[in-house]
This record gives sequence, structure tokens and C-alpha cells, in this order.
Amino acid sequence: MDIAVTKKKKLGLKERYALMTRGLGWEPTYQSVDDVFPMDTFEGIKIHDWDAWEDPFRLTMDAYWKYQAEKERKLYAILDAFAQGNGHLTLSDARYINTVKLFINGLAPLEYMSHRGFAHIGRQFRGVGPRVACMMQSLDEMRHAQTQVHAISNYNRYYDGMANFRHHHTHLPYLQVPRSFFEDAATGGPFEFIVAIGFAFEYVLTNLVFVPFISGAAYNGDMGAMTFGFSAQSDEARHMTLGLEVIKFVLEQDPDNLPIVQKWLNKWTWRGVRVLTLVAMMQDYMLPKRVMSWAEAWEIYFEENCGALFRDLARYGIEVPPCVEQVRKERDHLSHMAWCQFYQARGTSNFHAWLPSKEDMDWLSAKYPDTFDQYYRPRFEYWAKLEEEGTPFEAQTPPQQCQVCQIPTIFPVPGEPLTRAEHTCEHDGERFHFCSEWCQVIFEDEPEKYVQANLGAHELYKGNLFGDADPTAEGFDPMAAAMAFLKLTPAESGLHKDSEDARNFDLWRGLATRNDA
Amino acid sequence: MTETKSTVFLCLQANDDTRGVIDAIERDNEHASFDYQPGMVRITAPGTLTVNRETVEEEVGREFDLQELHINMISLSGHVDEDDDALVLSWDR
Repeated sequence: MDIAVTKKKKLGLKERYALMTRGLGWEPTYQSVDDVFPMDTFEGIKIHDWDAWEDPFRLTMDAYWKYQAEKERKLYAILDAFAQGNGHLTLSDARYINTVKLFINGLAPLEYMSHRGFAHIGRQFRGVGPRVACMMQSLDEMRHAQTQVHAISNYNRYYDGMANFRHHHTHLPYLQVPRSFFEDAATGGPFEFIVAIGFAFEYVLTNLVFVPFISGAAYNGDMGAMTFGFSAQSDEARHMTLGLEVIKFVLEQDPDNLPIVQKWLNKWTWRGVRVLTLVAMMQDYMLPKRVMSWAEAWEIYFEENCGALFRDLARYGIEVPPCVEQVRKERDHLSHMAWCQFYQARGTSNFHAWLPSKEDMDWLSAKYPDTFDQYYRPRFEYWAKLEEEGTPFEAQTPPQQCQVCQIPTIFPVPGEPLTRAEHTCEHDGERFHFCSEWCQVIFEDEPEKYVQANLGAHELYKGNLFGDADPTAEGFDPMAAAMAFLKLTPAESGLHKDSEDARNFDLWRGLATRNDA
Repeated sequence: MTETKSTVFLCLQANDDTRGVIDAIERDNEHASFDYQPGMVRITAPGTLTVNRETVEEEVGREFDLQELHINMISLSGHVDEDDDALVLSWDR
């Protein structure tokens, strides 16, 4: 017997979203709402109507799983093909592998920290809409961490500097720059976290991370990184939208929220830009085939794109953070200063350094006509001469680090490229040092938080990087003990041209293109 | 709103799935410009950019759910408004 089919009209996207997000929440009856959600009020943010929250993509969990599963299938098919086809030998040049090292050590662990952060605030917001959105983002971030580790494990089989990424992320001094950024955010309240990561990082700055790394990967023949990058980035559009939605929602709820949000925006724009120093350097110095300069990326993705954003937020009274003036002045110096620093301190990082070739320097002159030839080319030429003479220069002491961003205090006074900026203040009888006025402002707002910073150079001098070694034993070698504790081997650091990686890449690529007898 | 007409953008992976979508965007947004970069295309437009489901369906020759865009979307700017028939990016509101 035939069963009569009554074809019901499918619900529209808006109705589906309402039913499958708002409809999942409930009013607690035997606990007060404030007891169930104890953390979303102490920062002073006032929310009167959580239902005013709207997810513009109106993504529901069932659709989320469906599309995420599709992304994973695509990603792993390509990763398998990459590994099976010796994809690592299709790279433009062995130097490129160092950007992959920077990624796994510096960025992938941030994805995991972000996963934890969004899981935490997804529990803490009392509104159902933001809870669902934060839960999806939390799952995304976990996926990113996993897929990045999987993808890069294909490089770890052949090259140095990746095997100890977790340990290095926790202990290696230069990696405390990105790590402290996320720990700072995660130890704020839920609103500060989502403004910091969802808005300032995801919306304002993420394009500046994405363009160099992923387009750079595509351009340098790295199909593995390109694919996990695009797969992760397909979630970013949603994250950015969440970030923008948060800021609008919070500002529309109560005028008292404006000064709090503006303070966070000022802080996190600056914190974010400081972390991007690593990206600027990667973009201008570490990609053998370059996509665009840091200065060009800044113009497109900050000046043009964020200009539009801040014009839009002006209706709420939001202003462009004052630090942006300094960022503009540093734009044409940032990557050069950073690469000079890493070149000199190459014994303490887990990727290799090199001097730009003559061709590289001509490109840099063209991209940075006001700064490169005047301030940086002479340094590189001098160091090249020392390398040729067999006496390469290498820094012998750890640098002074900023108490807030943890970057060595290498930055000049804005507008005076030859004068190093020095900012200090006293707190509780101790003197603290900063790279800039803006990091000092952040410190002075919450000194109890930043006095706890774990600065690599300080920890070394305090004797906290020696592991189980006994500093009182005869013949104790502090640097050897520190290197053992940091799990940093000579193969991982130093000059690229002397590295096993460079040798092996040339050897293997050679084997891939000819038949040896 | 202000004298400066702000730009919105949508970055999509350049692949077989998005070819029809990009063509549909081109048909419906005369004011948009298309910048092909390694592995991707960045579509910019002053004011607003609209992806219409119907146009995409004509281009790809099958039913299309606009949420499929999530698979190949890389980045965007502007406020998002999505329903079953259109995805609109805009600074005008």
C-alpha cells in the first residue's frame, strides 16, 4: 500500500536558526541565573537583552557538522597525497621550511589555547546565541590545532626544529611573545577575551596573518600548509563575523560599555600588532618567493579594511586606537629590525637564519625606499663581510625583553630610527622595562598581572632554565645546562647554509630528479 | 554615513567549487573587482556585495545552499546578512 507523502515546506534559515539556538536554552529554576553564570558581570559590561544577539550566518549545529566534515575530507585527501608524493621536495627552496617551523612552534599552539578560551567563555555567557557561536569556534580552534600538527608532522619526519614544539612553545624565550599574548587574553574575563581574540585579533589582524602565511605557502609550493591554511581560514570568516557581532552587541547594549571596550581595543590592537612582528619578518625575509611586502599587506588589510571598520564603529563613539600612529611609523622598520634580531640571536631559536642575498636586498630597497638602504642594508653587508671572513657575528648575551609583549627592546623612538626607545617605571620597589609607551600603559593598568611575566632572559639569570643540573657542581656550564633544559640542539639553530636541513633538502631533491647508479 | 565609501571584500578559494560562484558574483555586482592571488580570489566592492542563490544555481547548474560557501570562504569584511536567498556584505546599515 502506498503511503501518502505530505510534503512539508522546509523551514527558512531564520526560523531554523531561532529554533536550533535560542530554542536550546532554558531558564534555570532551582539556581539563580547569576549563580549559573557567575563570570559575565565582573568586568563591568552591562547587557540588558541577550536575545538582541544575532549570528548573521545563522549557522546551526547540524549544518556546522555537515560542512566541517566536508572540509576535513578535503583536507585529509590532500594531506595524504602530499605525503605520498614526497610533497616536501616540491618546495621553492629549503629556506621556506623555516616558516613552517615558525608556524608549528609559534601559531599552532595558539589555536589550542584559543580552543580552551572559547570553550571557557562558551560556558560563561548567559546568552544562548553567543554560547552556541563560541562553542563552534572552540571546536574550530581544536580542529585547527590538530590539522596543523598533522600536516606539519609530514615535515617533522625530515627536518629539524619541529619535534619539540610543545616544550619550545612553553619555554623557548622567543616563543613567549605569542604565548604570553594568549595567556594575557585567557586570564581576562570572558568579555575581554572575546574582544581581544574575537575582535582585535580575528577581525582586525587575522588577514595580516593569513595573507603572508597561506598565500606564501601556495606560492612556495607547500601544498600541505596551503591546504590546512585554507581549511582553517574557511572558519575564520565566521570567527571574524562573530568578533564584529560581539563588538556591535556590547556597544549597543549600554553606553557605559564604551570606555571599557575602547580600553580593550587600544590594548589588544597593540598587543596583536606586536605579535605580528614575527609575521612581518617572515613575510619580508623568510619566503623565498614573496607574495607582498609587510608594508603592502598593512596598507590593504589595516589602512583600507580597518579604516572602513573604525569609520563604521564611530557611530558608537569608538576611536582608532592611539597606538596606530606609532604602528604607522614603525611600518617600514618592523620586519628589518626583527630579522636583524633573529640573525644575531640565531643560537637560541629553533629555526635557521640567513642574510638576504643581493637580489633580496634589491627587492627590500624597492619595497622600503625610505628605510632599507639607509638603515639596514649596511648592517647586512657588514655581517656578510664577516661571514665571508669566517668570523660571523653572533650575540653572546640574551637581550632585555619588554615586560608586557616580551619582545626584546629593539624598537626605536617613533620617528627617530637611530635612537632606541627606553621606557621604564617602578612598581613595588622594582624597576620594569618596556619596548614602548603602549606596553607601559598596559602594564600600569594591571601591574599585578604583568609583574608575573615569565621572561626568558630573566629566567636564565635566575637559574630557572637549568632543569635538574646542579649549578654548584664543579665545571658547571650554564649555557649547556640551559640548552639541555630547553631541548634545543645545535642542529636546530644557527645559519641555514650550515644546516642539515639545507644539505638534506638539496640531496633529496637531487635524488628526486635523477637516477643514481 | 560618511564621505568615504568604505569597501567590503570577500576572499574565496579559487577552485572548481567556487568558479560558478565567482561568475555569479560578477554578474550580480557590476561594481565589484576581482583580484586573483595564489590559490584564491579577493573580490572587493565599494559599499555592498551580494551573492544571490538563484544566480549561483544558474551558473553551477544545480541546487545550491548558500551555506556551502563556508567550505571555500577565506575571509571577508563588512556586516554579514544571510538568509536562504542571498548573502549580503555591507557597510551600509
